[in-house]
Amino acid sequence: MTEGTENLVDAAASADASSRRATVWEQLVRNTSVMVGGAIMALMVLIAICAPLLGTMDPSDIDPAWRNKKPGTERTLTADDGTQSTWVYLMGTDTLGRDTYSRVIYGAQVSLAVGLIVAVLSLAIGLVVGMVSGYIRWLDGIVMRVMDGLMAIPGILLAIALVSLADAGLVTVILAITIPEIPRVVRLVRSIVLSIREEPYVEAAISVGTRLHLILIRHVLPNTIAPLIVQGTYICASAILVEAILSFLGVGIPPETPTWGNIMAEGRILFRVFPHNILFPGIFLAITVLAVNMLGDGLRDTLDPRMRKRL
Amino acid sequence: MTDAPTQPILEIDNLTIDLPEGNDRRHAVDGVSISVGPREIVCLVGESGSGKSVTAFSIMGLLPKGQLTPSGGAIRLMGENVLEASEERLRELRGARMSMIFQEPMTALNPTMTCGDQIEEVLTTHTDLDQATRQTKILDILEQVQLPDPPRMAASYPHQLSGGQRQRIMIAMALVLEPVLLIADEPTTALDVTTQEQILKLMKEIQKTHDTAVLFITHDFGVVAEIADRVAVMQWGKVVEEGSSEAVLKRPQAPYTRMLIGAVPSFTPHGRPREAKAPVVLATDGLCKTYGGGGFFQRARPVHAAQDVSLEVRRGETLGIVGESGSGKSTVARCIARLIDPTSGHIYLDSDDIAQASQSRLRSLRRRVQIVFQDPYRSLNPRRTVGASIVEGPMNYGMSGAAAYERARELMSLVRLDPTALDRFPHQFSGGQRQRICIARALAMEPDLLIADEAVSALDVSVQAQVLELLDDIRRRLDLAMLFITHDLRVAAQVCDTVAVMHRGQVVEYGDAASVFSDPQHDYTRALFAAAPGRGFDFGGALASG
Repeated sequence: MTEGTENLVDAAASADASSRRATVWEQLVRNTSVMVGGAIMALMVLIAICAPLLGTMDPSDIDPAWRNKKPGTERTLTADDGTQSTWVYLMGTDTLGRDTYSRVIYGAQVSLAVGLIVAVLSLAIGLVVGMVSGYIRWLDGIVMRVMDGLMAIPGILLAIALVSLADAGLVTVILAITIPEIPRVVRLVRSIVLSIREEPYVEAAISVGTRLHLILIRHVLPNTIAPLIVQGTYICASAILVEAILSFLGVGIPPETPTWGNIMAEGRILFRVFPHNILFPGIFLAITVLAVNMLGDGLRDTLDPRMRKRL
Repeated sequence: MTDAPTQPILEIDNLTIDLPEGNDRRHAVDGVSISVGPREIVCLVGESGSGKSVTAFSIMGLLPKGQLTPSGGAIRLMGENVLEASEERLRELRGARMSMIFQEPMTALNPTMTCGDQIEEVLTTHTDLDQATRQTKILDILEQVQLPDPPRMAASYPHQLSGGQRQRIMIAMALVLEPVLLIADEPTTALDVTTQEQILKLMKEIQKTHDTAVLFITHDFGVVAEIADRVAVMQWGKVVEEGSSEAVLKRPQAPYTRMLIGAVPSFTPHGRPREAKAPVVLATDGLCKTYGGGGFFQRARPVHAAQDVSLEVRRGETLGIVGESGSGKSTVARCIARLIDPTSGHIYLDSDDIAQASQSRLRSLRRRVQIVFQDPYRSLNPRRTVGASIVEGPMNYGMSGAAAYERARELMSLVRLDPTALDRFPHQFSGGQRQRICIARALAMEPDLLIADEAVSALDVSVQAQVLELLDDIRRRLDLAMLFITHDLRVAAQVCDTVAVMHRGQVVEYGDAASVFSDPQHDYTRALFAAAPGRGFDFGGALASG
C-alpha cells in the first residue's frame, strides 16, 4: 500500500476505532457467538449456584436398595410424619443408589469453579511473569527456559504427578491444572510486551521519568487485556475438560465429591447396561465446553479483530 | 513506436472516485483529468490524502472493492477505457501494457521466492516463451537495471539485497514485458538520498531506452525537479495546477502550489549569527555504542553503531546530525537520552557525566533531556488522553495534578493547539497536531536539551514547515539547546547552527552549518549533497524572488 491509500484507509480505520471504542458493548450484544455462549454459561452458573433449590437431594446419599435405576424411575417416599410423596429419578441412579440428576447438578459447581479459578489464576500469574519477563531483559532468558521446561512435560502427566505428590482434593487439582497452563499465558503476554516496549510512547514515558511499575501498568498492561480475556475462555474450557479427565482417571477430586468426571468414571463399569451415568454428565460437559469456546471465539472477533483475519 | 506524438498513452478524463460514506469529503478523486504522452514523465504531486495514489491504483484497477468506486469519467490506456475492462482483460493489461512499482520494495516482493523466479512468473503468466528464452530475458533485464552480477541477483532472495537493489528488481519486473505505461508510486521515498539519486537516474535512462510513458507519484518537489517533464498538483482530490515542470516549479499560479513550493525548505543555511559565549549544554566525548550480539551458541559479531562521536551543543543553538539510514545518528540521540546505554565514552550534561549514570541517578537527570520521536502515530499512547500524556512527566516528579494540567494548558497554547483539547484522544488529532502534542509533552519537563529524532520526517511538507517554525520559535523563546536528527539536508540547512555528518557510525564532518553546506570537505558529505534531489533548484528562494 502506498502513502495516499494508507491514509485513506487509516482515516477509515480510525473512524472505525472511535466507533469501536464507543460501542464495544453493542458489538458484543450483536455477536451471536457471544450471546449464545454467554447465555448458556450464565444458565450453567445459575444451575450451579441454585443446585439445592432445583429439586435435588443430597448427592452423596447412598441407597443400596435403589441401585442402577434407569432414568424416570419413580419412588414413593414416606416422611417421618407419615405423609407420602413421589420422587422421580430423572436421570436414574448409579451403582451405589445415588441420584444421578442431583450429582450432575452439584457436579456443575465443581466443574465451573475449577474452570473459572484455573482461568483467573493462570492469567494472573502468567500476566505478572510475562510482563516482568518481557520487560526485564536479563530475567527473560531464565524465566523463559523454566517455561520451556514446563511446556515440555505433557500437561495431564504433570497434573497426575502433582496430584499423586499431594493429597487429592479441589485445591490440588486446581493447582495441577493451573501450572501447565501458565507457560502459554506467559508466552502470550511476553510477546505482546516485547512489541509494545518498542513503541515510541513507551520510550517517551521512560524519558519523562516514569517508573518501571507505572510503565507496565499504564502503558503495557492495557494492551494485554483483550487477548488475555480471549485466552482466559480457552483456558477455562480446557480446565473443565482436564478436571473431568483427571477425575475419570481417578487421580482427581475424591469420588465422594460429585464432579462430572467422577460420575462418568463410576458409570464406566456398567456403561453398556446403564449408559445414563455417562451420558448425562457427558452432555453437560460438552455443552459447557462448547459454550465457553463460543464465548471465546465471539470475544476474540470483537475485541481482537486482527486475530480474526489471521485465522 | 509509430504513435503520433499527439496521441496520449494514458488519458484520464474527468475521473471521479467516491469515498465510503462518513468521510470528511465525498470524493477521493474529483473530476481529475491528466494525460501522459509517449516518452513523457508526468509527476503527480500532492500531500497525503490528496488522492494521488488512489488515482494511480484506479488506473491499474487495484482499488479496494466496495470501499472506493469510480463513479464517473474514463481512464483510457491507448484509447481503451480500463474502467470498463473486465477483470480478465485487466489482468492481461497489467504487466503487458501497464505496470506499477511501489514505495516499499521489501513488502512488494515475495520473501519466499528468488528475485529471478518472481520476474519469471511475470513472463510465464503473460507469454509463451520457453525456459531458455525466459532466462535470457531475465538476465538481460537485470543487466539493464544495472544490477551487478545478474545471475547471482536472479538467484537471490529479496532479503539478501539492499533497498536500492530491491527497487531495481521491482523496476526490472515492471519493465520485462515492455509496457507502454509505468506507474511509479513514491518509488524512492523509502530509500536513502544517494540510492534515490541512482534510482531516479536509472528510471530516466530506462524510460528513454524503452520508450515508456511514466506516471510518477511523489510528495517531494526535489524529486519533481529532478525527473518530471510535466507536473500535476493535486489537493483534496482535485488537480489544482498542471503544466510543464519548469512552469509549475518556477512560476506556480495556484495559491496551493505556491504554498507547497514555498514550504520546501531552502538549501541555503539560514546564516543566523552564533553566540560565541553561550554555555555548552551537552558535550559528548568519544561516545561509542557497540551491539555485541552473540549468545550461548552464537559467535559475537560486534556492530559499531556509533564510534568515537564527540559533539557539542550550546544553549540557544541547534546541532543537526545528518546521515543516511544506518549511519548511527539515531543511536547517538538515543544514547544521549539514555534510552540505550552507551558502550564507552562520556556524555556531559552541563558538567555531569551521564554516560554511565545509574538508573536512580538517571531519574533526576532525565528531565533535563527530552526527545521528540519520528512517528506521530506511535509516540502517544492511543489509550490515554493527550492531557494524561503531557502531565505524566511533571507528575512523576511530584507536581500536583491541578498544577500539571494548568501547565499543560499553557503548553498547548504554546504549541498553538486548543488548550481545551486535553481530554481528547490522540486519534482525534492529525499527524502534525500529534507532533505538536509530543513537543508539548517534552517541554512540560522544562528540559535543557530537546532532541528531535527525525521529528518532521513523517509530516507533509506544509505541516513540516509549520512544525519546524514552531520548534525554532520555542528554541528562541526558551533559549533551548536542540539536537536535530534528520536525513533531510534541506531541513538541516533550515534549522541548524552546526552540523555533524555521520556515515557508518562515525562523524565524518562537523562544523558550522554555513561552512559545511557551502564548502563540504569530506567525500561522503559531497556525495550526499550532490545526491540531494532538486539541489539546483532553490524552492524557497525561487518563490521569494518570484
